[in-house]
Amino acid sequence: MSHDRNVETARIETERDQSNPPQQLLDISDLSVTFPSQEGPVEAVTDVSLSIEPGETVGLVGESGSGKSVTAATILGLLEESARIDGSVEFDDQQLLTKTDDELREIRGDRISMIFQETGSSLNPVLTVGDQISETIRTHRSIPNEGISRLETSVLGNLLRSKSHPTNYERSWEQTVELFERVGIPAPEQRALEYPHEYSGGMKQRAMIAMAISCRPDLLIADEPTTALDVTIEAQILDLIDEVQAEFDTAVLFITHDMGVVNEICDRVAVMYAGRVVERAPTDELFAHPKHPYTQALLDSIPSLEGGQTLDPLAGQVPDPTDKPPGCPFGPRCPSATACCDARFPPEYPVTTADEPLPVREGGDDDVPSPRRNDPTGHAVHCVLYGSGDGLAPRRSPSDEDRQNADRGRPETDGGEP
Amino acid sequence: MSETQTTADVDSEPAETSDQQSFLSVFARTVRNDRLALVGTIGLGITIFVAVFGPFVLPHDPTATNLDQMNQAPSFVHPFGTDRYGRDILARVALGARTSLIVAFVGVAVAAGVGVTLGAIAGYYEGLLGEGIMRFADTIFSFPALLLALAMVAIMGQNWYNVIIAVGVVYWPIFARITRGSVLSVKDEEFVQAARSIGESDFRIIGSEILPNITAPIIVQGTISMAVAILLESALSFLGLGVPPPDPSWGRMLADSRQFMTHAPWWTIAPGLAIMFTVLNLNFVGDALRDALDPHQGDEMEATR
Amino acid sequence: MKRYVVKRIAQYVPVMFGVTLIAFLLINVAGGDPVRTMLGTEASEEQVQMIREDLGLDQPLYVRYFDWLGDVLSGDLGTSIMYGQPVSDLIVQTLPVTFWLAGGALLVSIFIGIPAGIVSATRRNTKFDSGATIAAYSGIAIPNFFLGILLILVFAEYLRVLPASGFVSPLADPIQGIRHLILPWIALGTAQAAIVMRYMRSSLLEVMDQQYVEVARSKGLVPALIQNKHSIMNALIPTVTIIGINLGYLLGGSIVIEEIFALPGFGRLALNGVLNRDFLILQGVLLVTAFLFTTVNFVVDILYTYLDPRIRYE
Repeated sequence: MSHDRNVETARIETERDQSNPPQQLLDISDLSVTFPSQEGPVEAVTDVSLSIEPGETVGLVGESGSGKSVTAATILGLLEESARIDGSVEFDDQQLLTKTDDELREIRGDRISMIFQETGSSLNPVLTVGDQISETIRTHRSIPNEGISRLETSVLGNLLRSKSHPTNYERSWEQTVELFERVGIPAPEQRALEYPHEYSGGMKQRAMIAMAISCRPDLLIADEPTTALDVTIEAQILDLIDEVQAEFDTAVLFITHDMGVVNEICDRVAVMYAGRVVERAPTDELFAHPKHPYTQALLDSIPSLEGGQTLDPLAGQVPDPTDKPPGCPFGPRCPSATACCDARFPPEYPVTTADEPLPVREGGDDDVPSPRRNDPTGHAVHCVLYGSGDGLAPRRSPSDEDRQNADRGRPETDGGEP
Repeated sequence: MSETQTTADVDSEPAETSDQQSFLSVFARTVRNDRLALVGTIGLGITIFVAVFGPFVLPHDPTATNLDQMNQAPSFVHPFGTDRYGRDILARVALGARTSLIVAFVGVAVAAGVGVTLGAIAGYYEGLLGEGIMRFADTIFSFPALLLALAMVAIMGQNWYNVIIAVGVVYWPIFARITRGSVLSVKDEEFVQAARSIGESDFRIIGSEILPNITAPIIVQGTISMAVAILLESALSFLGLGVPPPDPSWGRMLADSRQFMTHAPWWTIAPGLAIMFTVLNLNFVGDALRDALDPHQGDEMEATR
Repeated sequence: MKRYVVKRIAQYVPVMFGVTLIAFLLINVAGGDPVRTMLGTEASEEQVQMIREDLGLDQPLYVRYFDWLGDVLSGDLGTSIMYGQPVSDLIVQTLPVTFWLAGGALLVSIFIGIPAGIVSATRRNTKFDSGATIAAYSGIAIPNFFLGILLILVFAEYLRVLPASGFVSPLADPIQGIRHLILPWIALGTAQAAIVMRYMRSSLLEVMDQQYVEVARSKGLVPALIQNKHSIMNALIPTVTIIGINLGYLLGGSIVIEEIFALPGFGRLALNGVLNRDFLILQGVLLVTAFLFTTVNFVVDILYTYLDPRIRYE
């Protein structure tokens, strides 16, 4: 927690106060996260800005390694201490990045909760599932000094499995059983007393949802909650998240790599690539008019029910985080990349007309209006194809043909071929 | 948590599977990256050098008694002092290194040979034969190593061969367990299935497809077992049932020195430190290799002395 | 649970059978002719033959084994030539001393090893961690007899604060009893403490890396709860097994330690049996240690089910 960050944060805050009404539940701006490593610092997240309104579901999409989960862990302050964090994460008008661990603890699990990807390892195997949910309630929803007992926090107490404050314990247990019922776990009283290994994957994820909503959070971060589940269970879990969201009026940050899931559940989407948000838009708009070549490729890889053209899996890999290209990180994989893409990461351009790339405009980057400031739900993309401050327009616009060429590398390199 | 994992992986070496890299390259990289491994390798090198060349290089004859120079404190002439017969302790410690290293190395080699063979059979034929072998291993394992080794040397006779055989008998079960576990985990891999489908014999499959895949854990365990075997050999010698005199051994030097320890403590301390030094370095190397080859294996192995 | 216990019994029984077989064969086959060994080379062939018939040694091996096994099961381990007493009496007389020694050393290893391992893991890469790691490496590398001698040299010879040898039952005289046992406990327990510490450390580090610990943090639980309820409990479970296995080492180590500190225990009985070629004592000692080791580990494994629900409900 350096002084630099406070200064930086303060600057952003004043800037924002002027331009943005404080209606956001969560407002991440210019977030960068850097981890130290033997090969030098690794920037896992770069200049990510993202906002969520109360009750809204925002999808954060990208391949693994794109920085989605690091972004989520940053919100809750769960990153290792060696990580360097710049930018601002505001939740309900409170700056989270400057909070101490003690202060964050009151928010975690209470106002912001999280569901993780690996259902198998999210629950402690030696504690009953009910205990793991009721302890959250005891932590956050208790009369002072009656929540977590001394015995419960001591090794000896745990060895003897003793629970003191019986009334409080029972109250939280009752709530747990109600939650189990709410998330559709059959025979909740008995199931609460069972251990995680007695649960199926879908049941575990239901229990995790029960845990996450146990204190009626304002924001639920779901980090690939259905990836490890099979398709029918996945649909049930998505429905459940939808239901509890409506019931508790919880905002959801839904992290996934699956565009199909996004379509089903999200109001808005931000697409991440190599630590950066490359495109953001309302879900319908994004699916109808994807702009960034990476978004287009992601959408192409959705299995379609009609069969027909099968997915053309994205060629190439996310760049090595220790050796990112200086310009657009997607450049090396992009079918439409030009020389200017290698030079720098393009600024964010608002997408005003749905179908056509923006005409090349005059003037510098500074004239480009930021959609985040003007229109928080608007469509914007970081790509030179849709606006150009320096007059370097792409030679070609992305077409289906180009996208199919993607796996052969950049058009420039094999341009000589017929 | 794919992202945090990815960034965490950046700290370590690029992921390679252990069968792709030769053991020597792993060893070289481990020594480069791990300070303890470097210390251990150098220390082990010193011990081996002293064991091999010490008796030729050192000025004093380890068996030459000199009654004018009894129980002398460490000095320039006798860096570790002399014992009650005036013998140079440094020369005797150097010769003792031979005894310890030979017993430990050959004994562990015997243990590894027997253990790997039986373990591979037990892993490949899981039925009655495999169970029988593993229960036999459990049986050996249920005797304290020192007691069983003592009993064997006492009953079969006190000589070099029986001391080595005792070490082999005491430590083969751990090799059998590791080998069996590894065989069980690779048995259903595709390359083994493929070999079976083209009709290769069981013997060939075990020898050519499975064993090459388990050399790494065996070498690691071998290193750690040698450390434990040196402790066992010195304890046997200390109790008077190690390699028979006149071949010097560290354990017997310690036992002989006990009654003089108040006025000639160097006589006690020199062989004791020699044992510690050797065991410490073997453990450094073994642990570093284990971490390099398989960071998830944990410390299970060393707890088997 | 039931299946696990049955499986464990199915392992226990053949191992105990194997133990008796090895103890029998070691004495009766590996040692050559036991009568010749006992009587020495001067005895005449007639004498040897007479005693062989007397002891039933002219019977086939398997008959002798089952006869002997019957005796063992009824508590008859034979009579020691050296002491002229039944071996079972000798073992019963000496075992309490060894229980005091091994039990104390076990406590030393647990109460030093586990806390040190926990602190080392939770303060990873601090000075404490480096210091504890170096201490643990040294503790594992130092031979217990060397440590014992050094302790005697320092505390009994130079400082003269603790006795160097002898045994006083702590039940008869607690202060003198413990004073006599402190050095042996340290000598025997140090290596075990080091092993337990290293095991606990790596076990806890592994647990702290698990996702359920991160989930616990994401729930806003207090650090003490995360550490004591969600991490240490899980890390203790595998460590319990190591403590059971360490018992074997403690029993073996007691041979050396009882010799150094002149404790009239079971290990010393074993050593006297070995050195004086009193093989019936050796046989009895082998049987009893293997029985203790196997039984304790059997009990530990059953207790394990109390700690680990994954086995309890299997």
